[in-house]
Amino acid sequence: MWIYEKKLQYPVRVSKCDVKMAKYLIEQYGGADGELSAALRYMNQRYTIPNKVIGLLTDIATEEFAHLEMIATMVYKLTKDATVEELEEAGLGGHYANHDRALFYHNAEGVPWTAAYIAAKGDPIADLYEDIAAEEKARATYQWLIDMTDDVDLQDSLKFLREREIVHSLRFREAVEILKEDQGRKTIF
Amino acid sequence: MNAQTRTWFPYVSPFDPCPPIRVKTYVVPPNLFITFQRPDLPQYSPAEALRAGTLWPSLYGPYNPQQDYTGREGSHGI
Amino acid sequence: MASEHQRGKEYYALLEQLQAIDFALVELNLYLDTHPTDSNAIEQFNDLTEKRWALANEYEKHYGPLQNLGRSYSGYPWQWNDEPWPWQV
Repeated sequence: MWIYEKKLQYPVRVSKCDVKMAKYLIEQYGGADGELSAALRYMNQRYTIPNKVIGLLTDIATEEFAHLEMIATMVYKLTKDATVEELEEAGLGGHYANHDRALFYHNAEGVPWTAAYIAAKGDPIADLYEDIAAEEKARATYQWLIDMTDDVDLQDSLKFLREREIVHSLRFREAVEILKEDQGRKTIF
Repeated sequence: MNAQTRTWFPYVSPFDPCPPIRVKTYVVPPNLFITFQRPDLPQYSPAEALRAGTLWPSLYGPYNPQQDYTGREGSHGI
Repeated sequence: MASEHQRGKEYYALLEQLQAIDFALVELNLYLDTHPTDSNAIEQFNDLTEKRWALANEYEKHYGPLQNLGRSYSGYPWQWNDEPWPWQV
């Protein structure tokens, strides 16, 4: 069961009318290392992961949906008032032809999201290493997005999302440590 | 540049078609240096934590954008 | 151009206060997922949870329900549909 809360996790502010950024930000909406991939990856792996880390996967997956909403907010704000000409100039002509100003789960190049972006191997170490790699890849994507805009307010929101990848990566690494623990010995954590 | 950035120097050939970027950088965020977070680490206030993206200063990893597209000769974000 | 329902400064200030306390709770929650025996962190989590509900009630009194499906009360008429939605503010 999920409950929706009518607020963003972090205040998203977009101050420059730079429609082209919308095209690039979509990478974190429907791209391989985007927030949709992250949320669905963890939410699916949790059914077969050892009990001790089910809570962590559930909670991080839930937070990823909040990040997906933040990315959607950025894209929405940048496209809602754009003219067709402005969308075309921003390289979103193909997007407009198919979707008008609707958001869609595809990457910055328009490739639709696919479940092939995520993995569930069933082996807890393999799955957690996949998750750690996913967080580092998302962190890198946020860096390149921060490089591509000079809107300090947009950068601020992207820096928040980038920092979350760092914290999530640490928690997944701690989960690996928990699973490595010798059950015969008393925990020192 | 900050303590969480590393640099390396790509090989520059006399036959490279474009002016060389002599120094490349990458980030080594703080999670790489923590195996398991210690209890009772100093915390930000909730308001500061929201702005930082973490509750703990020792998990904070700043990022400075590399927007100097023209500065090929070694000035890339350094 | 100010629209009829445009929110004022107080709204953004209260919203950010709530976002801040909720964020500290997210951080403590993830931390406790991997540190289940840290009693100080549990105490801080429970303390902030109590503060969180007080602040959320204050917010809802002014700006309507935060949660759906029976987790928040509604005035008349049904308030859940009211603008603005999070991506609009």
